[in-house]
Order: sequence, then structure tokens, then C-alpha cells
Amino acid sequence: MPLITASKTQPDYDVIVIGSGAAGGQTAYTLTMGGAKVLMLEAGRNYDPVKETPMFHTNVSAPLRGGSTPEKPFGFYDATIDGGWQVPGEPYTNASEDPERQFTWWRARMLGGRTNHWGRISLRNGPYDFKPHSRDGLGFDWPIGYEDVAPYYDKVEMLIGVYGDNNALENTPDSPTGCLLPPPKARAGELYTQKHAKKLGLPVIPIHRAVLSTRQDADTLPQKLHPGNPKAQRVLAQAMRERAACFWATDCGRGCAIKANYQSTTVHLPPALATGNLDILPNAMAREMLVDDAGKATGVVYVDKTTGEEHRVRARVITLAASSAESVRLLLNSKSARFPNGLANSSGLVGKYIMDTVGAEFSGQIPALENLPLHNEDGAGGAHVYVPWWLYPDAGKLGFARGYHIEFATGRNMPSAGTAAGLDWLTGGSYGRQFKEDARRYYGSRVGFAGRGEMIPNDDSFCEIDPAVKDRWGIPVLRFHWKWSEHELRQAAHMEQTFATLIEALGGRYATRPKADGAQAIHQGGNIIHEVGGTIMGSTAKNSVVNPWCQTWDVKNLFVTDGGPFVSNADKNPTLTIMALAWRAGDYLLEELKKGNL
Amino acid sequence: MDRRDAIKWMLTAAASVAVLNRTGFAATSPTADAEGYGTDPDLLKEYRPGDVWPLTFTDAQRRTAVALCDVIIPADSKSPSASALHVPEFIDEWISAPYPDQQKDRPVVIKGLAWLDTEAQKRFQVDFADLVRKQQTLICDDICHVPKAKTEFKQAAQFFQKFRNLTASGFYTTPEGMKDIGYTGNMPLPEFAGPTPEVLRKLGLT
Repeated sequence: MPLITASKTQPDYDVIVIGSGAAGGQTAYTLTMGGAKVLMLEAGRNYDPVKETPMFHTNVSAPLRGGSTPEKPFGFYDATIDGGWQVPGEPYTNASEDPERQFTWWRARMLGGRTNHWGRISLRNGPYDFKPHSRDGLGFDWPIGYEDVAPYYDKVEMLIGVYGDNNALENTPDSPTGCLLPPPKARAGELYTQKHAKKLGLPVIPIHRAVLSTRQDADTLPQKLHPGNPKAQRVLAQAMRERAACFWATDCGRGCAIKANYQSTTVHLPPALATGNLDILPNAMAREMLVDDAGKATGVVYVDKTTGEEHRVRARVITLAASSAESVRLLLNSKSARFPNGLANSSGLVGKYIMDTVGAEFSGQIPALENLPLHNEDGAGGAHVYVPWWLYPDAGKLGFARGYHIEFATGRNMPSAGTAAGLDWLTGGSYGRQFKEDARRYYGSRVGFAGRGEMIPNDDSFCEIDPAVKDRWGIPVLRFHWKWSEHELRQAAHMEQTFATLIEALGGRYATRPKADGAQAIHQGGNIIHEVGGTIMGSTAKNSVVNPWCQTWDVKNLFVTDGGPFVSNADKNPTLTIMALAWRAGDYLLEELKKGNL
Repeated sequence: MDRRDAIKWMLTAAASVAVLNRTGFAATSPTADAEGYGTDPDLLKEYRPGDVWPLTFTDAQRRTAVALCDVIIPADSKSPSASALHVPEFIDEWISAPYPDQQKDRPVVIKGLAWLDTEAQKRFQVDFADLVRKQQTLICDDICHVPKAKTEFKQAAQFFQKFRNLTASGFYTTPEGMKDIGYTGNMPLPEFAGPTPEVLRKLGLT
């Protein structure tokens, strides 16, 4: 079973998985390794990082020196194709015109979705993060705890390959021996920050990223991950042997032709295909799910984007892994006499409690980093260190609930559009030979800090079907409602002040003052591309859309394995947790299939 | 720049209508029908300015841009000048691009280049490109730093700031420019060694 076209679909599958990113990739991997026959529907085209990644291309070879445009918002060489904040012909709307109440929705219509370009930051939620309401009375608790997810964090880390180490810090879980790959050495600016941040009580520790700092142990990991399943072990060992270790060059955001970092297309899909149990149908835009008289899901209607024709495919089980908001859209667009408000929506909660991450950035220039001897700082194509949230003891005293971690941007990066630009505040406007001297002097001396913090779900942030607007396929689109609470706004202001203080502690300077107004500092909703929620998980059919196994309460052969079931959105980047929950849901789904319960 | 600002700029800059007509107006209208590279361009291809959308500098604009690029980044012992590395073509590509940010930069650059010639004519009775470096410097010293520029030079200074940023972007992304600024990466390595002992010493990290 391979990559197929619409005419090649089988009459029946065990499971249809809609989406091919972190959630779809992990779900299809788990199910096919477990023997289920799976059809994966992907709305974008087939994409092969081995053949398509511009490894080693420099910006002189790209239009506009690789700079950002609406067609390639993260720059020309970013792996995302047919995606961005706007996808031609596939709009979404906002209910409010207030600029502070906009939600921006990043989509990537391509095989592997957003995993092709993501930052690869792979942090575990901690025990507190599953029970936030119990700690401060805000938001909701998850019906599961860290101990339920921990074994799956272990498995995902071993499967995809994550570098990092253990620091025994509060609510920042350690991984068992054998899960993590060794972290790369820190860069100059990272080490310098580590030393001076101590004065402020900020712990600078190795970050966890899904990059192979060494090759995976293909001799032992497959047995650990698939005990008693020799075929899965064999398939996985082969897939692991086809991945090279990082060679410390080229930005991870381009994707990776040598498969050294995780992207669904290089890590999840090859072994899933090798089982012979997976069909992948690209260019298939799911429109709605079908149900029978008994209220069971029977299949999916999709539009073949290559012909514009509509087709139906059938399966015993359907799993939504289309990204949290796209899955909401599919559920709400699947209306029938039996489910007049959309599928799995008896609680009325489909689309409710969507969350993004609180984001604010601040940067400065550090004289100590000027004129450093030449050295190569490409490293793992992303940060090597970070600061986990460190103020747990101050909870209740900060004016906002929850916390944030700090990501770093330092180093002597590959020059791009913008390199040596904007130096006027340092140089007094030099030009000529003096400018060339200044460019050499200041290159690599800039540090940037990005706060990534927890948003608390609220009643004003949700999405629904727009009553008027349809996409080019005639499918009704989403309309977003968005509002940050005081917690998020104050947190963003706290980030700016903290980063300014940190830059001062490094002996640095900054061009503009930190923003005291959180509403000025915070990114628009959706900007951090960590949108989760909308099909929240809970302990009863009244208070949630899915049960603790990501199975919808109303339709038992329908699952949601993307970020939709998130009940809270900890500061930790969501992708690792999405994969852990998807694997856990996949195991349960296989058991239920075997028992004949689906 | 909105319409009112544009008119103000024109009034400030239009010391010589004749010069403006010769160098300014020909290419001030955006390249409305040009198309971008789309959402799925070939990422492996090597692109040159002009490959995706047409370049639009007039000969006069190109001549002034070449001169200004080399005032900002002249040759020195470490690397060639900006024009020797085809930076003016990159700036032409930039201001000819059919995207909102670039379309916003376009009138700033076009009008700024025209202003340079007007100012050169006013002070020295020749175009900017025909001045000797010392004369060019006399003009650029008045516009090289926005906070210090006199009121009558503020808008020209904003143009100069934009043009310097573009010149730097174009220059430091070339192989020669990357070498000059001290970028030594984009090389596969068997291991990542971290900063050298010399770097650590200099930072007080040993």
C-alpha cells in the first residue's frame, strides 16, 4: 500500500486518518504498526523532504535574498509550501474588527503539514500542567495526569529522537535513561547568557529538540517500542538506519534531506508505509464525515483537489488529525438529522476553548559578543538552551497565573535579508569603509529572547462556522472569536521587562524600551501557531467532546488526535504532547478494534 | 507612505522638476501586473534578480543606485564593492517585487534616488553618479542618520536608511560578503565543538 490517487482507494479500511502532520503521522504509525489498514487523507500535495529540501543553498540564490513574503511567510527556504497565514481560495474569518481580537490561522497544505518546518522544540508537560485548575482555580483540569502520559512521552522521544538532558527542576520532567540523545554544546551567546542569568535566578539549561545529535540505536529501540511485534521492530529498525545524525549545518526550518530531524514525512510515514498497511491520498480535502442511522461514523466525503470531484471513502473508524481548528470545522460541517449541531457536539463544546501560546520578544546587543574570533555557530539549526519557567514559588504574586519559558536567538547565523541592517542606533549612521568595519564588529553580537507562555481557556475565544463564507470547494469556513484575558496581557508585559533586565545583566543595550503595556507586547492570537482546544477532553459527555482516550463521547468510532483535546495549553510547546496523546489513543483504538467495540 | 506624505515628499524633493521628470516618474508606478513566485516555488533552483518578476529601474535610476551602493559599501582590503557583487540588481529586484512590503519600499527608493540627483544638481550641477567621492560624501553626511538629519533632510535620511539596509542585505548574503562578515558555517561537520577556547577566554567563560 503506497501513495495513491483517488481512483486507487480500497473499498473499505479499518481506519481513515485525516491529516498527516504530528498527529496524523503518529496515529497512522501506531495503527499500521499494530496491523490496522489505514487510509490517510491529506489536503495538500505529496512532499518529499529527501528530494525537495534546499540543503546548503545560501540566500543569494533565493528571490529577495530569502526574505519573507505573503507567499512564503517564514522566508523562501522555509519548508512550508502551499501554506501560511492565508491559503489562496481557503479563507477564514474573524468575528471582530478589533485588531486586538484577531485570530491568525497558520496552515500548511502539504504532506507532513507543519512538522516539515516547525521549531522541533519538544518539551514534556509537567504534572502541574495536567491539573492547573486544582492549583489556582482557573481553567480546567485534564481527566488524565502526567503519570498517564509519561510512558508515551518516553516512547515518542525514543521514536522521533530528541536531544536534551535532565535537570530535576520543578514541573520540568526528567526523561528516563535511554529516552534522550545528548544535547549539543551551547553556543557563545548561550553560554554567556547562562553565566550572567544566574544573577537573576534564571536557569539556562539544554533545550529538548527533535534532532538526532547522534544516530538512533536501531538495535535496541525497536524492541523497546514494539515488544512482541517482530514485524514492527524490523520495519522501525530499517527506518532508523535510514536516518543520519545531524551534521551541524542548514536550518531545520527548511526540513532535512538526511532525516536528522523529526518531520512526519521522514520519521512517521516511511515505517508506516513499509508495513504495507498504509495508503496515503494527497490532494484530498475532507468535507464532512458520514454517519449511519445508528449514529456511527461510516466514512468521509472529500474533494479531490486535482479534479474538483467529490468522493466517498469508508472505514470502521475515523480519526481526525487535521489540526485542532480544521478538525472542529469538519465536525461542525458534518450535520445530519441525528446530529443537527454537527458531529460529536451534544455538549455544544465543539469549537469552544481554543487556545494559543502567549508570545512576546525582546532583543538587544551585547558588547562582550562583538568582534569575536571567527567560529561556526550553525549547530543544530535551532536553539541549544532555554530557560524553563522558574517562578513557581511566586505563583499568586505576579499579577498573572501560570508561566512561560524563554527561547533564545543568538549566534553567527547564515546572513540573510536583514543582516547588518538596522545598525544605525549603534553606529550613528555610518556608511562607507566604517560601515564595513561596523558590520563585522556587530555581527553575531545580537541576542533575542522569546517568551512562550500559557494561555488560560476563556469563553470569548472560540470558533464556529461562518454563516456566509465558503472556500473554493464550497465548504463553509471557520469564523474565529478571540480575546486575551488580563492574565495573558500581564504575562506578556512581564516577559518584556524580564528580557530587558536580562539584557542589562549581560552588559547589553537595546534600541527601544520594553513595552509596559501587555496588549502592545503580545502577539495576535494564533501567531505562535500553537492553537489547541476546540474538542476538549473531559470526564463526562456533558463537560467535554472527547473522553480520556481522545474518543468522542457521542460517536464511539470517531477519534480526535490532534491538539483539539487539549484542556489547557501549558507553556511547553504542544507537539510532543500531541504525539504522546495520539500514540496513547492509537493503542486504545487498536484494543477496542480487536475487542469488536468499534 | 500615504498620499499626503507622498505629496509632501514631492514638494520637499522637487527642487528641479526637470530632473524629476528625467529620473523620477518613469518607474514610480508599481509593477501592478507582475506575479510573485507563488506558494509552491522550486526551492532547489538558483534564482537571479529578474528571473521571477521583471526588473524596473530606468538606466538613470540604476546608475544612481550603483553609485550610492558603492558609497555605502566601497571596496576595501577584505572584499569588493557592493556594485561589483551585483547588489544594485538585488535592490532592483526588491523594489520591483509584487509584494506589499516591497511595494511600500518602492516609492521611498525611487523618490530617494531622484532626490539624490536633484541635490547633486543643486550643489554641484551634475548627477550624483558623476560626483567625486568627496562630493558624494558631503551629501550623504547630511542624510546618513535619521535622528541627526536636519528637518529638510529627514525624508532623504529615511530613504538613505532604507537603502543602506538593502545594500547590506544584498552584500552580506553573497559568498564574498558572508566571508567578509565572518560567517564560517554551512559546512557539514562530524561534531559540533561549541565555541573555541579563544572565544571562551575572551568571554570570561573558562
